[in-house]
Order: sequence, then C-alpha cells, then structure tokens
Amino acid sequence: MIRITRKVEFAASHFYHNPELSAEENRRIFGKCNNPHGHGHNYTLEVTVEGEPDPVTGMILDLKELKEILNREVMERMDHRHLNYEVPEMAGKIPTCENLAVVIWGLLEPKITRGRLDRVRVYESADLYAECTAAARNGAGGKSA
Amino acid sequence: MRATGAALRVAVGRRYRFAASHRLHTARLTEEENARVYGKCANPYGHGHNYVVEVTLTGPVDERMGMVANLAALDEFVDREVLDAFDHKNLNEEVAEFREVVPTTENVCREIFKRVAKFPEARLERVRVEETGANSFECDEESGM
Repeated sequence: MIRITRKVEFAASHFYHNPELSAEENRRIFGKCNNPHGHGHNYTLEVTVEGEPDPVTGMILDLKELKEILNREVMERMDHRHLNYEVPEMAGKIPTCENLAVVIWGLLEPKITRGRLDRVRVYESADLYAECTAAARNGAGGKSA
Repeated sequence: MRATGAALRVAVGRRYRFAASHRLHTARLTEEENARVYGKCANPYGHGHNYVVEVTLTGPVDERMGMVANLAALDEFVDREVLDAFDHKNLNEEVAEFREVVPTTENVCREIFKRVAKFPEARLERVRVEETGANSFECDEESGM
C-alpha cells in the first residue's frame, strides 16, 4: 500500500462560541477565540490517500484529480470565508480544527473513488493541528473513537 | 469498507519548544568508552539544543467545546509539567530523572511522555521530540511508560 499526500492552503476567519453556555463560560473555555468579531488563520490542509498504484499509470489517483476535488470541495467552500457564517457544513458546530477535520473528511471521503482517503490533517498554525483517520487504521486509535 | 463519521479517530497535535543543555555521559562506561559512544556530546561542559516537542492526543470530540481537549488547559499542563522543568535548564543537573539516566533525546522523549500522559482530558498517543531540524525521536504508549 502506498500513501500520497497533497497539501493546500486556505485563509478563513472564525470564532468560538457555544450559545448553550453563558457568556462567562464561553470566555473561560474559549479565551481569545471567543471574541465575537472573529479572527483568522492561514490553514494548511494535508490530505492523504492510500492505495495500490495502477499498473499502467503508476498512480494511485491522478494528483490533478485530487487537486480538483480539493478545489471544489474545500477551497471554494472555505477559502476567504467566515467559517461560522458562510460554510453551511459548519453550521451549529464550533469551527475548531477538530470539527473542520471531521467536516472535511465527510466532504472528501465520498469523492475519492480511486484509492481510499487515509488521513485529513488541518493545521491552524505551525503549532496546532487536528487530524482524522479511520479508527481501524493500523489498529490505531480504535480505543478512543 | 469505508469509514463513516462514527468510525473516525480524531487527534490533535500541538507543538512546544524549549531550550536546554545536556551532556551525554554515563558512569556505567569508562571515560574512553563514553568518548567513543557519545563523541562530542560527552564534552564535560555540555552543550544545548532548541528542542521541539509535538504531542498527539486522541479522544472523542467534546460537543460543548468542539475539541478533543481544551487547548488552554493542555498548554497550561505542558507548561507546568514539562516546559517549566526543562526550558533553559541543564537536563543532567536540574531534572531529577536525569541524575542517573543519560538525557539522550530518546530518554527525554520517554520522560515527556510519562509527564504528559497524566493530562486528564484526552489519551496521549504519541510524543515526538526534535533535537534539531535533522533528527527527531518518537514514543507512544508502549515505549513511553
């Protein structure tokens, strides 16, 4: 099995607020991220697809095809958008890295028809990322899912 | 079989930095053997590195916060348990665990794993320590405890 990873970057704004919590609890839990005016990040998305290379093309899937999927499913939805207000898939969800990774997994997984989606990793900054993998991957993480 | 939302593993990765000095030398070896095994790293005056620590935690995404673990709580925990103890310190002289144990980055990695594993909000899956940009060391539950 071979894995290929493609990276794209998008810029978006967001803030964290849970309407079911008091203003004070929101401030305590989310800190600066609770600022209602929002703030933004340059996100880096790494998408890994695994599979066997096609014997004729030598590819798991054409990287151009993966680029088009990422453009259509992620970039057009999220780049230069406000994640709280402009991305319907994030509605009702706090736009944390974790939730973004889960939503992006859900968007990409059915579109990847050659090979299999292996990992979605979303960096909010160089020092923070969240990632999704199938719980059964290498037996890893099964206990925690 | 394809993973659905319910069968996803979500993990969060966070990077921290500290600067510290150390000397690789053990009383179990002769001076000559120390010099042969550890080379420049056995210099009696020690030397230092800018270390980068990446911790990976998994667990269910808390619906209230949208996070695997509250990041502010994690940062505070790592600050208190690891960075306060290691940053701008001489690891051999000032970290009790390295009085008898050689502070190779393997052992530093394992010690950090032991400390961060006590974080109560999520399961620590992996600790990676970069001693320089050119080398890194990793440990997980099996190697860490």
